Amino acid sequence: MNYHLATSFEEAARIAANAGGTTRFLAGGTDVLVQMRAGMVLPDDLIDLKAIPGTDAMTQLADGSWQIGVAVPGARLGANADLCRDWPGVVEGMELVGSTQVQGRATLTGNLCNGSPAADSVPGLVAAGATVVITGPEGSRELPVEEVPTGPGKTALNKGELISEIRLPARGDNAGDAYLRFTPRTEMDIAVVGCAVSLRLDGDKIVEARVSLGAVAPTVLLVAEAADAIIGTTLDDAALDALAAAASKAAKPISDKRGSAEYRIEIAGVLAKRAAKIAYGRAKGDNK
Amino acid sequence: MAKDGLNTEFRLVGTRPNRPDGLDKVTGRARYGADFSLPGMLHGAVLRSPHAHAKILKIDTSKAEALDGVKAVVTRADFPEGLEGEDWNLQENTMAGDKVLYDGHAVAAVAATSKLLAEEAVRLIEVEYEVLPHVIDVDDAIKPDAPVIREGASDASVPEGMPPNVVRYMEFGRGDLEAGFAAADLVRENTYKTEATHQGYIEPHACVGQMGSDAKGEMWVCTQGQWFIRKMCCAVLGLEASQLRVTPSEIGGGFGGKTTIFMEPLSLALSRKANGRPVKIVMSRSEVLRATGPTASGSMDVKIGMKKDGTLTAARAEFRMQGGAFPGAPVDMALYCGFAPYKLDAVEHVGYDVLANRPKCAAYRAPGSPMGAFAVESLIDEMCRELGLDPVEVRMKNAVREGDQSSYGPKFGSIGLVEVLEAVKGHSNLAEPLGPNQGRGVASGYWFNHNGETSVSMSIAADGTVQVSVGTPDIGGSRASLSLMVAEHLGIPYEDVRVNVVETGSLGENEPTHGSRATFASGKAAILSTDQAIKEMCRRAANEWGIDPEAVEWADGAAQPAGPNAGKFPPMSIKEIAGKMGETGGPISGHHESLPEGVGASFGAHVVDVEVDPETGLTKILRYLVVQDAGRAIHPSYVEGQYQGGAVQGIGWALNEEYIYGEDGRLQNPIFLDYRIPVASDLPMIDTVIVEVPNPGHPYGVRGVGETGITPPLPAIASAIHQATGARLRHLPMTPQKVRAAMKAQDS
Repeated sequence: MNYHLATSFEEAARIAANAGGTTRFLAGGTDVLVQMRAGMVLPDDLIDLKAIPGTDAMTQLADGSWQIGVAVPGARLGANADLCRDWPGVVEGMELVGSTQVQGRATLTGNLCNGSPAADSVPGLVAAGATVVITGPEGSRELPVEEVPTGPGKTALNKGELISEIRLPARGDNAGDAYLRFTPRTEMDIAVVGCAVSLRLDGDKIVEARVSLGAVAPTVLLVAEAADAIIGTTLDDAALDALAAAASKAAKPISDKRGSAEYRIEIAGVLAKRAAKIAYGRAKGDNK
Repeated sequence: MAKDGLNTEFRLVGTRPNRPDGLDKVTGRARYGADFSLPGMLHGAVLRSPHAHAKILKIDTSKAEALDGVKAVVTRADFPEGLEGEDWNLQENTMAGDKVLYDGHAVAAVAATSKLLAEEAVRLIEVEYEVLPHVIDVDDAIKPDAPVIREGASDASVPEGMPPNVVRYMEFGRGDLEAGFAAADLVRENTYKTEATHQGYIEPHACVGQMGSDAKGEMWVCTQGQWFIRKMCCAVLGLEASQLRVTPSEIGGGFGGKTTIFMEPLSLALSRKANGRPVKIVMSRSEVLRATGPTASGSMDVKIGMKKDGTLTAARAEFRMQGGAFPGAPVDMALYCGFAPYKLDAVEHVGYDVLANRPKCAAYRAPGSPMGAFAVESLIDEMCRELGLDPVEVRMKNAVREGDQSSYGPKFGSIGLVEVLEAVKGHSNLAEPLGPNQGRGVASGYWFNHNGETSVSMSIAADGTVQVSVGTPDIGGSRASLSLMVAEHLGIPYEDVRVNVVETGSLGENEPTHGSRATFASGKAAILSTDQAIKEMCRRAANEWGIDPEAVEWADGAAQPAGPNAGKFPPMSIKEIAGKMGETGGPISGHHESLPEGVGASFGAHVVDVEVDPETGLTKILRYLVVQDAGRAIHPSYVEGQYQGGAVQGIGWALNEEYIYGEDGRLQNPIFLDYRIPVASDLPMIDTVIVEVPNPGHPYGVRGVGETGITPPLPAIASAIHQATGARLRHLPMTPQKVRAAMKAQDS
């Protein structure tokens, strides 16, 4: 195995583009190092990104939007009061990844690139309308987060491409987001279903919404029908029922050791209702 | 001091000093299995079967052997032939012979100069398999068309004509069952199933083995029983027991799972082939789950007759259990324990020990008893609900007492079930009001406890401090409890006693720390050893005083004249006697070995309150109470720890833990992410009440407390979920998905 310490994303992309066998990028390492230890992945080239300037930076721009470096660990998201105020759903999704110790290393970008449909930080990013900047041999491009995963363990990144930054839009007023996952245990578990809701109010009425589901399809889903079910409503019982029905309808899960398809479909609806209520409350100024 | 019966006033027994091994463990200084290393040491890795059941057609190790850094490769061809019985089972489980019998079964092993090289070499070994049909579920394994795991594996207990995977059969009981059921107002019969679970000890198996061409060897290993390791390794490898010296490491949990061998003989076989270089093998978590010894899974029919007032009239149990591809499922223990809390005049037990394509089961905390309790206690609760009876009162009404004949035969000596149930009734948890979607469950549990071969030595150092050598690894605070008892007995400070867990060369045979026996058996032997040293110290004092040794007694840490007639001498302290023992006759020590008599059984009862999320089926434990008879709690904190630990393992078994197999017979969840042991945030603080009905068979009344506590949670939680949801789950684990499905079935 060759270990490379890249000093720029362009250099990392070049090394990856020229590599022959299995290539892995290393930032937090909480997936790749564990996979290497378990013998699941034995990379020929391991490209460390942590020495690239800016990878540990988290910045709010003048327009209110956010840039999050690829090596910023989850623990720093939760410690940033401004980010927690703007995007509590994104933060709580990331904070569900692993344990406190893992939070010291694990990153949003890594969780996204691992390509798991059950990744806890991804639905929150999707609901938030986050994008990623991708650097490759041909230059840079920007992609919505929901277009990054293409299947379990697979991403839209081409050979030589890597994510160089995550961008969260400006939050704006009267808005809130939330992420909930269902697991048999309270911690250290993997989502049977995950659901994030982001919405904006005008008075009591929802005027914008995005709903995302995890662990119910080969990739995290952005469910427009679920958002439509609550836009224009005050999240009354009828709207919640319509939301649950749309979420359940969009869920196309498999049955596996973590849950049957039937159960996941049902829970998708339950979580959508609960997450929407929290997001709504936050948009109204609840501090939870 | 205990000869006249049981003391109730103690200086140290019943106090809560820090454990002697505590500082080592919180600072990382304690040496666990994987911490041990030797110069020139090699690292081992094991090739394991990806198939549940397959013929091994060919193993080609040439590429592995050619890899630079590889020093030895072993297969079954490196083991002696002709073993029989359990020795053959152990050897076959250590390394597959003609067939692999489960996913994870060892096929070959490599020793190399690094762990990475050993793992790379393992990947270079080529094995040709002919995959065979497999069977996983116990009820499937006894179907007529089930794949036969091993012809001729059945012992003489199995009647002619039974399916070939039934390898042991038992039936026993007494009384007129038919008349008993006829006398009942309500007779109910149901089937209950439990899934295989793993002990889930934090520390994976680890050892360093060294074996020369002279057949002399040493092993450093994480185990509950160094003599068992010695005996089993020697049987499997054809060695002489006394030529292998086994030293136990500190142990990060065992719960019964470290009372046998898995990869330990492989390190010795590899070392022997690598010219005696020591070989370290450390299992990964996935290897632990796939290839060590989980408990059995069970399918159990229970039938009970009850009168309107709750009196039990008759009971019948028919249990089927698979313990993997070898005999040994604890179906007998499950049957013995199932009805043990109840006074019954008519009772029948039938048991089947069945083979399946799974790893060879090992002991797990009260082996069998939790399954038996799940079936019996669940049905008792269902019948109490049907008749509108209080489940605690019904248990009290039918409770066994001293002198009663147990359901499985022997008469009970002193036992504390009634006292336990009284303590349950008086506990404030039972008065807590329940809200919507909440329910309360009660269940009893039982474990025999065990004596076992025991050999202990103690000696007095020249400064008057004391060392005790025991053969039972300290898995639950036994060094603290043994130190307390010896210090109490000698009348010296707790800190003046050091208890060492020693290697096989230091003592006679000791059974492992199993059967909740360490504080009882090693404790009793330590006290009897101490008596010898006390007698000798009294003799030395008598010599100096010029009086008869019989006229000297031991009190408050010193030899004293036994009475006014003995003469007037100032007390001669242990320090004084020890300081001059070199001139007064040499070392002073004591030794005792026996199968200590007087084992005291332990009953317990648990009360659990749950809340079930009606939309997801998720069960939250709100409150949990453990009440159990300890006989005497030598160190109450570690008794409470055992109660809490047992309850938590039972909660995991009840709610989420299970071995999940795919259609291909491979274990789907060999990782703690998907094998769901409860985490701290899943649990409330577990409340405990220590009931003390002293065991007359032990100088301080000790019974043994380690195992009973895992037994009641399974049925108690099922009953609490029933009350919370109206749905009765009879198949563990009660995952959110299964609870939700049961609730929906209830609604429709």
